[in-house]
Amino acid sequence: MTVAALAPVAGKPRTRWKEPSILPGFPLAMGWTLTYLGLIVVLPLAALVLRPWEAGLHGVWATLTEDRVLAALRLSFGTSLLAALTNVPLGLMVAWTLTRYEFPGRRIVDAFVDLPFALPTAVAGIALTAIYGPTGVLGEQFAQFGLKTAYNPIGIYIALLFIGLPFVVRTVQPVLQDLDREVEEAAQTLGATTFQRFRMVVLPAVLPALISGFSLAFARAVGEYGSVIFIAGNMPLKSEIAPLLIVIKLEQYDYAGAATVGLAMLVISFGALLGVNFLQIFLARRGRA
Amino acid sequence: MNPTLRLPGLAPLMLAATLAVLGVLIVLPLGVVFHQALAKGLGAYIEPLTHPDALHAIRLTLTVAAISVPLNAVFGVAAAWAIARFEFKGKSLLVTFIDLPFSMSPVVSGLVWVLLFGAQGWFGEWLRDHDIKIIFATSGLVLATVLVTLPFVARELIPLMQDQGADEEAAALTLGAGGWTTFRRVTLPNIKWALLYGVLLCNARAMGEFGAVSVVSGSVRGVTTTLPLHVEVLYNDYEFVGAFAAASILAGLGLVTLVLKTVLEWRHSGELSAGRRH
Repeated sequence: MTVAALAPVAGKPRTRWKEPSILPGFPLAMGWTLTYLGLIVVLPLAALVLRPWEAGLHGVWATLTEDRVLAALRLSFGTSLLAALTNVPLGLMVAWTLTRYEFPGRRIVDAFVDLPFALPTAVAGIALTAIYGPTGVLGEQFAQFGLKTAYNPIGIYIALLFIGLPFVVRTVQPVLQDLDREVEEAAQTLGATTFQRFRMVVLPAVLPALISGFSLAFARAVGEYGSVIFIAGNMPLKSEIAPLLIVIKLEQYDYAGAATVGLAMLVISFGALLGVNFLQIFLARRGRA
Repeated sequence: MNPTLRLPGLAPLMLAATLAVLGVLIVLPLGVVFHQALAKGLGAYIEPLTHPDALHAIRLTLTVAAISVPLNAVFGVAAAWAIARFEFKGKSLLVTFIDLPFSMSPVVSGLVWVLLFGAQGWFGEWLRDHDIKIIFATSGLVLATVLVTLPFVARELIPLMQDQGADEEAAALTLGAGGWTTFRRVTLPNIKWALLYGVLLCNARAMGEFGAVSVVSGSVRGVTTTLPLHVEVLYNDYEFVGAFAAASILAGLGLVTLVLKTVLEWRHSGELSAGRRH
């Protein structure tokens, strides 16, 4: 970057969209990047964006207002929201413990936080079902209290908790690490209680990170498939998630319908992320004012 | 690191709660995989793994990863070179497109290929006329995997190379080194650990991917089932020991990935992108 500013190369015509540089390889690197992205990402996405409209606006509307589609979208976004909201305090607690306390084995515990990233989703799915199913280690315990923890939305919620936790921990952790301890100490010296220090010093500082972590966990949860379908029960209208409905529509050769549900998920997720971004901007402005 | 915000009574409580959450939510599922796989003894564990379908699934998984990971590694290096070493308009849009697969549902990442190459896809008829099979075949599995794992390497390299700046490469070029020599002798040694880190994560996801490949595979047992799909097929056939035995291999892969990743973060933290330093 610095070089680009330093060294305009003689003889090379100035292109308007790219600053000159003495480094070679731009055409090759850029050409390969664009070709590859075009074939692997842009062309397939074009199909996703265009194919729902094959049966016209009417077809899209008919698909989106099917009871089964509405129920699946509501379930996917609802459980994802709940799970991501739960993961915010859980993730903050884990990140806090990992950054603020020294204890034997801390780095090992820290490494385990990433397990949901490393464990293939299907493996997590059948393992969670074995734990929370009616005869599972924990499922049996919960059943005694009349709580069914698998083959219903609660099972979906548990799987989404599992998959989302590392997102919150990993976004909050670096912020907690870099947090200026002197401010906390000053607050303490000035007589602030532990709770006041947390609420008025720590929380405002980590809030943007918490929100980012929340939105990452939420976005991942909405699209999650492998870890959910084994524990979900997959009852139409009750515990059928939107990604599964896409698979079902494809199996019925309803390509336009499947694409419609996929596009709807993408649009709603995008809208949610946009909302989160506005919230971040709002908070940043308020912080400065 | 010296904790300064002391919460005297709270420390043991927080530690206990954290260990409980991580233990129940994250470690327990891992333990259950191995417990269930070995529930009926070592013989019952090994037997399903030596079944031809299981061996085929392992081979297919390795094949798909062996094609997808190098493709995305080369892409990652090329994209990082273009993005971190040059200034051009539309860069942030380009980065957004590279990140996009991370925010797509795996199912959608499979669906898009069916929309293109499936029986009623845009190119479906043409492919049928020319007797080429993509969906329900290995190439479909590769395409789905490539799409899902596309950002991994690029995402590790771009921030690192932006941090490092181009001074060293500029120096090499000024001293008369050629473009390829500069890349091989200056850039590559500087990014090798981050490249390895990205490849590691990319590979773990490629071998473990389920949603995207399940859409394009058709799950024909012993033909287009990768190891994660094999787990599902066995599980749905109530062959639980077999399903968990296959799952234990994938869990082992996940554990090895986690260990290597942690070692990289500890040993080479200075040579990874900022977010990966511990």
